[in-house]
Amino acid sequence: MEFKHKAHIMDAAGISRALSRLASQIVEQNVGMTDLLLVGIRRRGVPLAERIAERIEHLEGQRPPTGQLDITLYRDDLSTVGPRPVVNRTDIPVDVTDSTIVLVDDVLYTGRTVRAALDELVDFGRPRKVELAVLIDRGHRELPIQADYVGKRLQTTAAEIVKVMLKDYDEEEQVIVVENE
Amino acid sequence: MGFNQKDLLGIREISAEDITTILDTAESFKEVSRRAIKKVPTLRGKTVINLFFEPSTRTRTSFEIAAKRLSADAVNISASTSSVTKGETLIDTARNLEAMGPDAIVIRHPSPGAPHQLARLIGASVINGGDGAHEHPTQALLDAFTIRGHKAGFAGLQVAIIGDIAHSRVARSNVHLLTKMGAHVRVAGPRTLIPPYYEQITGESEGSLTVCDSVDDALSSADVVMMLRIQRERMTAAFFPSLKEYSIQYGLTLRRLRLAAPDCIVLHPGPINRGVEISSEVVDSASSLILDQVTNGVAVRMAILFLLVEREGH
Amino acid sequence: MKRLLKGGRIIDPSQHIDKTADLLIEAGRVKAIGPNLPAEGASVFDASGLVVAPGFIDLHVHLREPGEEYKETIASGVAAAVAGGFTSVCAMPNTRPVNDNASVTRFMIEKANEARLAGLFPVGAITRASEGSELADMAEMKDAGAVAVSDDGRPVMDAQVMRHAMEYARDHGLVIVDHCQELNLSAGGVMNEGRYSTLLGLKGMHAAAEESHVARDIMLAKLTGARVHIAHVSTTASVEMVRRAKQEGAPVTCEVTPHHLALTDAAVVGFDTNTKMSPPLRSEEDRLQLIRALADGTIEAIATDHAPHHLDEKMLEYDRAPFGVIGLETALGVALTVLYHTGLAPLVRVVEALTIGPAQAFALRGGTLAVGAPADITVFDPDREWVVDPKRFRSKSRNTPFSGWRLRGAVVATLVSGRDAYNAESRAA
Repeated sequence: MEFKHKAHIMDAAGISRALSRLASQIVEQNVGMTDLLLVGIRRRGVPLAERIAERIEHLEGQRPPTGQLDITLYRDDLSTVGPRPVVNRTDIPVDVTDSTIVLVDDVLYTGRTVRAALDELVDFGRPRKVELAVLIDRGHRELPIQADYVGKRLQTTAAEIVKVMLKDYDEEEQVIVVENE
Repeated sequence: MGFNQKDLLGIREISAEDITTILDTAESFKEVSRRAIKKVPTLRGKTVINLFFEPSTRTRTSFEIAAKRLSADAVNISASTSSVTKGETLIDTARNLEAMGPDAIVIRHPSPGAPHQLARLIGASVINGGDGAHEHPTQALLDAFTIRGHKAGFAGLQVAIIGDIAHSRVARSNVHLLTKMGAHVRVAGPRTLIPPYYEQITGESEGSLTVCDSVDDALSSADVVMMLRIQRERMTAAFFPSLKEYSIQYGLTLRRLRLAAPDCIVLHPGPINRGVEISSEVVDSASSLILDQVTNGVAVRMAILFLLVEREGH
Repeated sequence: MKRLLKGGRIIDPSQHIDKTADLLIEAGRVKAIGPNLPAEGASVFDASGLVVAPGFIDLHVHLREPGEEYKETIASGVAAAVAGGFTSVCAMPNTRPVNDNASVTRFMIEKANEARLAGLFPVGAITRASEGSELADMAEMKDAGAVAVSDDGRPVMDAQVMRHAMEYARDHGLVIVDHCQELNLSAGGVMNEGRYSTLLGLKGMHAAAEESHVARDIMLAKLTGARVHIAHVSTTASVEMVRRAKQEGAPVTCEVTPHHLALTDAAVVGFDTNTKMSPPLRSEEDRLQLIRALADGTIEAIATDHAPHHLDEKMLEYDRAPFGVIGLETALGVALTVLYHTGLAPLVRVVEALTIGPAQAFALRGGTLAVGAPADITVFDPDREWVVDPKRFRSKSRNTPFSGWRLRGAVVATLVSGRDAYNAESRAA
């Protein structure tokens, strides 16, 4: 598949600043951090959640627990998504019931991934509150889902793809927009 | 990414890569089985039919639970092979079922090849739940999953399979799987219950298959011991003299287990005949993973149902 | 009425003829063979590039009538025969009722005469209802037209009964055909006992179950002087015993099926019941020894053991399905593909095993293009390629192991008494 580079949104430094801002906002909204749990949505939400947890530790001296969620088994579009997705592990280290959960993902788009994540979380227990933190919100929602914490909002077209590239999985850290040739 | 097929008919037809895919997928489903709500919506609205022509509580229940934990609807049909004498053939049974639109059919049948014939005739995914003495692929996969959870890998592993090799579909499937994954398998049992040419059934493989002259030879330094169930019918058909003689000559006791490696694990497909092929002390010892096999059976069967029903392009 | 087959390669092993020439037919008989025969008053058939041979003879077919007409009738069976190039077939007696008396024998011949296609030579039963204990009315059946006796589908298990049957048959000039299978040794078996039966978890029938009866029958043949013909021989040791017996002058002949020359027990992988027959497909070593035995004359005849079964019956679990596959319409193609085009046997030998070989085994007229012989002639193209499509068979049944095979060698026309019984162009007589 050939991609045409359209725009450079953030470089590594930009990503880092955005994550720091998200961390401060989360801490502001959740004073005391009681029963706070960051849950990264696989794959790229996971390292983002880890980095936010680190920054919260710098700010407050206390690091909230992090978990990872694989939503493959909860997707509503399994057969249409292309090559069959690999099912990976879900790992929630603390009791979900009465927790304040911040779901973390790289890009918020149609909202279907977050819907699946909510369905899955609810199967683990009854959280007191669930919030959503994303690095990029690119619009085009198909469900009534909103992010509580946003790194950057973008206007995109349906033909474009927002790529969040992190050193955990990619060569260079950056956020770019590309288009299918 | 391996294993993108309509059916699971046997281990002989699948590759090492397929096996790894299934076992990796089973890990996630094992985690689901540890949750408070042991259910995911993945196969919601799908129908899985258990078509059992031989009585079986454990395999059938295992598939039923697996289907239900995936939110599928599970239906159990205990067909009798005597329905054939009433005129309805396996083929007709299958066609009638297909008209009801199932997504997957798990079939256990006394005739080798029945799942293969069924799979050619219907569009639903067919899973071999045991066909005569031929194969029992899901058992071998859950055995492998159990082994994988306790050993560093299959390559070079020494596995002993002891018992009624001739009539055992569990042995055949395990032999195919373990040799494909690079393990060294040694089988032993009463000579009357080891078929001729057995060492040749795997052909070229990564691992190896040896028929041993004695149980003690097979057990020596084994990392895994798999005991097979002995059926009373074999006694009446003159394959060996008595259960007492069988248990003394071929049964696994703690003393015999000492011939194996110190961290050897013991498996058994069940149901066990305590005191015959395996002593109570071994069953209740820390080396026995018999109950783990049952737990893992559900996870592995969930993985198989998921991979078949949600296969690419379906 | 005159017909001239012009310019074909005439292969008639009975007269050691293998040359390009014309063949003239008059009043239903062979009138002359030679170069540039006069064509006046004759309808001319251009046989250039084709082989002209005596009409093939199949010593072993099951036509299922009377009693199992849903599988095949005599009419559909002889239509299948001529489509395969066979102008004469020997029908086995395991009908319902069993052909153990003159009435059934006459009935079968009459039915074949009505169809006016291949000639039918019944094989009567050895024992009453083929149950293996009392002798059937062999002489009466011979008078009614039977050419040999057999309990095929089944063996004669009791050696004493077999000895008596051989003595009686010898006195009446009948060949005894035996389906060699020790039923106790092979009980419950559904394929050859070997690596593949162990792999597939299916019960096997060891070669010894056939060989022990072949040995027995050879000894009884020597003892009684009866003419014994071993049906569908399938193992290395079986052909070795027949070879040695012939060297010792014993009156033993045998036949082999095309499927045993082409397939092995490896074909059972996949559980297609069209690989299930008795005797079963054997090992590759056995297959090669059968080919060698056919090439060196130890086996005198290729016989199909054409065994029709309805689709519903074959679509059962492997260990439940009935034994048997059809073969009339694929015999030539398979034989040429597996023997001639591989260089393992010359074309003349293949033709011999389909014509004079079988004729001599059962002392039948036919299998020859000698002047004055009935003009039963098979014209075939040894190189024509075709793909086996069971839906196009004349037989009522479809149970062939060769579906989808690409074969080289096809029948072009089959003449019975000079008349077109089958013509590939029009696909009708």
